[in-house]
Amino acid sequence: MSGEKPSSGALALRCANLHRHLGQGEGRVHVLKGVSFEARRGEVCAIVGPSGCGKSTLLYLLGLLDRPDDGQIEINGRLMSNTDDAARTAARGEHIGFVFQFHFLMLEFTALENVMMPMRKLGRLTPSEMKARAHSLLESVGLGAKTHRLGTQLSGGEQQRVAVARALANQPTILLADEPTGNLDVKNSALVFDLLTRLAKEQGQAVVLVTHNPEIAQRCDFTRPMRDGLFV
Amino acid sequence: MSPNLRIAYRFLTAKKRAMLMSLACTVLGVGLFIVTQATTSGFEKFFTKTILGINGAIRIEDKIQDTMRSIMAEGSTDSYFAQREGVKYIEGIDEPQLVADAVRSFPNVRGISAVVRGNVQITSSFKTEDAQVFGINLDDHIRVSDLAEQITNGKLSDYRDSPNGTLIGRVLADRLQIGVGDSISIAARGQSRRARVTAIFETGYRDADKTNVYMHLPEARSLLKKPAGATLLQISLIDPDRAPQDAARMEQVLRHGAKPWQEREKSWLEVFRALRISTGITVTVFTLIASLAMFNTLAMIVLEKTKDIAILRSMGYERRDITQIFLWQAAIVLAIGTALGALFGWSVTWLVEQVPLNLTGIFKSDHLIVVRDPNHYFAAIATAVVMVMVASLIPSRRAARLEPGDIVRGTAQ
Repeated sequence: MSGEKPSSGALALRCANLHRHLGQGEGRVHVLKGVSFEARRGEVCAIVGPSGCGKSTLLYLLGLLDRPDDGQIEINGRLMSNTDDAARTAARGEHIGFVFQFHFLMLEFTALENVMMPMRKLGRLTPSEMKARAHSLLESVGLGAKTHRLGTQLSGGEQQRVAVARALANQPTILLADEPTGNLDVKNSALVFDLLTRLAKEQGQAVVLVTHNPEIAQRCDFTRPMRDGLFV
Repeated sequence: MSPNLRIAYRFLTAKKRAMLMSLACTVLGVGLFIVTQATTSGFEKFFTKTILGINGAIRIEDKIQDTMRSIMAEGSTDSYFAQREGVKYIEGIDEPQLVADAVRSFPNVRGISAVVRGNVQITSSFKTEDAQVFGINLDDHIRVSDLAEQITNGKLSDYRDSPNGTLIGRVLADRLQIGVGDSISIAARGQSRRARVTAIFETGYRDADKTNVYMHLPEARSLLKKPAGATLLQISLIDPDRAPQDAARMEQVLRHGAKPWQEREKSWLEVFRALRISTGITVTVFTLIASLAMFNTLAMIVLEKTKDIAILRSMGYERRDITQIFLWQAAIVLAIGTALGALFGWSVTWLVEQVPLNLTGIFKSDHLIVVRDPNHYFAAIATAVVMVMVASLIPSRRAARLEPGDIVRGTAQ
């Protein structure tokens, strides 16, 4: 991991003509119908739209958590849509950070351990460096005093802030957030969004977030509305 | 600690009750395997020791005379069984000293005793019993048997100093109602002579204690009218387990029938082997239960941790990391379970050894006999490791196959 700030404005993520069906047999639905999209470093993009329009499905495809039925996905210029599981997993660990709606902390672990977990897998830092970085990230999300609390001992807002810190742990170039404030009150929503955008801008990351919250969407650099599996 | 091991440990300790159940089953499986093998092997070893202590490792009894068939067969094959088929066995050894000298050249031989054996009738003041007399040279025979340790009444030195002294088995002495110092009459081949009981022995093998009488070789020769030769040569070996190979070689070289103890006692040894296998199968069921418990625990953890699996996969943890995390959980249970199981097995084996039990028959003992053999511990641990790891593979692989996208979307099957 380099300490240098990545060049702002460079293309981090690109997808073209993405198709995805979900379900089987008669229940099979064409969720994404040829979606194309780009995200650049230092920009925050909101994908908005009604439930079931394909926002989250697109996000999982962009994050290489799922495979498209057709179309291309490039991460930092490298075509990833046709690669094997190992390459996709490696790309997730190195280039992509996720924040989910239900924060998905590992509750048996402390806040510090949760943040250190991606770093431990990537193995670029020494244990003491990992610890220092995790402390620093938790400080920056306002949880410096609660680093040793288990996930179960944190409030919903605090858990989501730990999730943000964890997503930034490996200094990914892309940060994907699936309704990161959807489960939080207004105050915590604003706090988490500010954190996400501030830290991402500071580190020159491309942020793509899916949201239903119009206030959050308005505060992004640009918004892409979706309907019936297509950007409108 | 590796990240995968750290995660495995936390996952496991979060499911304490299920983990303790798997652990308990593993401890029981390993422990009971060790205990049953210790007891069955204990009796087998004790039986072997008793038999070797009475009859030695090899007995050379008969002279081999070639027939026309064996002479013809010898040209085509050198094998032990092929030669045995076409030969004639002539009872006894004509030149025991020559044969004994030749036997001494075998490196595994520890001692040789020439024995003259015959059926006799022994009469005490109360009754008469059939018996078998063994004419021995005491010093030679002590080297090929445990006779010195088997004396329960009287002294071996008294026997050595008394030309008409006899050593009589415990059961026979009880039947004749005689004790050390009593006089008996030994009759064979139409003549009888007086002898004195100088000591009573007990081998623990009832058949031997019921019939065997030892007397000095010259006295036995005179009584049985065998002035030369010997009925058999009893041989003890440094490594009794090599008796079959040594006996086969002796038979080839010496042209005398040589029987190893494994062949003499084949039927009993087969019984012990069958017993060991059947108890082994029974206790393997416990290990099977342990593996099922582990399977159940891991399957539960996989179900409960699907979201955690998705998080780990989203962070860059590979499928093999997920497999490892679940196999580590099995390995942790196995490591603790087998260590505690071995300790449990050792402790129960010790307790079993203390149980008073009066055993007579093919051997005599006042307690349960056990053997502490490291191989039993290795076998128990290896069985548990194989079964538990195999059972753990299924949920581990299932966890690794989960698609993170499906999980976060909530459609994982």
